[in-house]
Amino acid sequence: MKQSLFESRHKAEWERFALALERLEHGKDTTQVAAFPKAYRRLCQHLALAQERGYSSFLIDSLQQQVLRGHQQLYRNRNRLGASLPGFILGGFPRLVREEWRFVLAAALLFFGSLIGFGVLVYLFPELIYNLIPADQVREMQGMYDPVAGHLGRSAERAASEDWVMFGYYIMHNIGIAFQTFAGGLLAGVGSAFFLINNGLIIGAVAGHLSEIGFGQTFWSFVIGHGAFELTAIALAGAAGLKLGWALIAPGRLTRGEALRHAARRSVLLVCGVMLFLLIAAFIEAYWSSRTAVTPLTKYLVGACLWFGMAMYLLFAGRTRHAPE
Amino acid sequence: MLEPTAPPRKAPLDTRHQVETPEGIDLPLRPAGLMVRALAFTIDLGLRGLILGVLFIALALLGKLGMGLGSLLIFAVSWWYMVLFEVLRQGRSPGKQWMGLRVVHDDGTPVGWSASLLRNLLRFVDLMPFGYFLGAISCLQHPTFKRLGDIAAGTLVVYGERPLSRPSLPEAEPRRAPIPLTLSEQRALLGFAERQGDLSPARVSELAALLAQPLRISAPNTVAELNGIARGLLGPT
Repeated sequence: MKQSLFESRHKAEWERFALALERLEHGKDTTQVAAFPKAYRRLCQHLALAQERGYSSFLIDSLQQQVLRGHQQLYRNRNRLGASLPGFILGGFPRLVREEWRFVLAAALLFFGSLIGFGVLVYLFPELIYNLIPADQVREMQGMYDPVAGHLGRSAERAASEDWVMFGYYIMHNIGIAFQTFAGGLLAGVGSAFFLINNGLIIGAVAGHLSEIGFGQTFWSFVIGHGAFELTAIALAGAAGLKLGWALIAPGRLTRGEALRHAARRSVLLVCGVMLFLLIAAFIEAYWSSRTAVTPLTKYLVGACLWFGMAMYLLFAGRTRHAPE
Repeated sequence: MLEPTAPPRKAPLDTRHQVETPEGIDLPLRPAGLMVRALAFTIDLGLRGLILGVLFIALALLGKLGMGLGSLLIFAVSWWYMVLFEVLRQGRSPGKQWMGLRVVHDDGTPVGWSASLLRNLLRFVDLMPFGYFLGAISCLQHPTFKRLGDIAAGTLVVYGERPLSRPSLPEAEPRRAPIPLTLSEQRALLGFAERQGDLSPARVSELAALLAQPLRISAPNTVAELNGIARGLLGPT
């Protein structure tokens, strides 16, 4: 068949397809495009024919362009984020954490190990903290947790109306740290390990120092509540990063690039969970941890419940598949 | 001049990246290089700065509440600007749109949430140790110009399609080719006719002279003869 005959025969069809494409690309009424997949496959056939018959470049290129645009629309990602979220929170995320227990364990050891280890060291040898944190920052920090000051948190004279300010600050600061810890994993895991240990050391140093100078009550009652979410989240972000790094170090039977892609697809889900944890942590930190009307004992109790709940969630949630998923 | 009708596929001379779809069609994607991507990023950076600047002035009037909102905003704009634009606007952030670029998965499908989130989170590594150093190195040495985040997320930045305009074929009497032509020869002839408008007359006759001998066409009006054959390939003879 000659090209001009071929063109005139299918012209109307191609024009209809172009219209449907236009409608899909602009996200307009998509109810009348039920015939789209069929039309797309016919267009693919026309392209193959045109190539096989040696038609002119213009025809082939324009068909190719239409096919490419059709491909974009037909294989578009349409998974609804809202629909999959409850299932992910109720079961998917804790299951994922348990499946990746090796990395979670490694990250937790690096993070909590350095935190507790250095905390104890600073408690025993107080001058050690100055190796890590400059003296004026230590003084500033002491001011924040001074039991004489009324309201806790980053600034001593902060009023309840500023909780909102701190909420924003915590989100920006903490999620930023978690993202860095994750992304660092791409450097063969070294970046994640560095951020895990670094954060562990700093938090440990602060905790050890404040306990040692007698500000323990204000400090621990402040951090215990949101710590359950915040510290776990940092450790999990590190685990996701280590998984990336490990895929590069030991890709197994895949090529390094392939292994990295597989690992990345799973670890990004971990990061989604981490973000959720940090949102909750920032909320607790701004609106509960900083309240002075509550006695420290209540805070300890609530904090212990949160830690226990977190452990139960990660260990047991989603073990049985049930209706809400 | 004779060659098999379906020549084995050679590595292309240009940077095109072929993707085979489930329908058995090879789609050529054209990955975008470092320069154009850097420009797109610069535009996005400027735009983000502008958004933040304007909103900060507005929020400063709100006082304390504004400060909280402001830090939420910095967070949202610095980490989510790219992700939201890429997923919701079919792979185009404003800067990419400006430069005619688009983000797609390796298989040519539009980028989704997880891939977009991944490539933008890992941007942090591409930025290290300063000013996109690792990203630029990775981009320069990769056959499809991927930075590290793209490698991990399995995404590509490609040029979008430009609308084609129909080339006008020079007038000539349609005629049959003196010898049977292979597919690639047919396409070469059609290409010659289609692109004639963009070439200088000297170049046209130079190209035509190359074809004259194997096609056994007499010398004086080679161009018209070739156009005739091309017309003949397209329509009725």
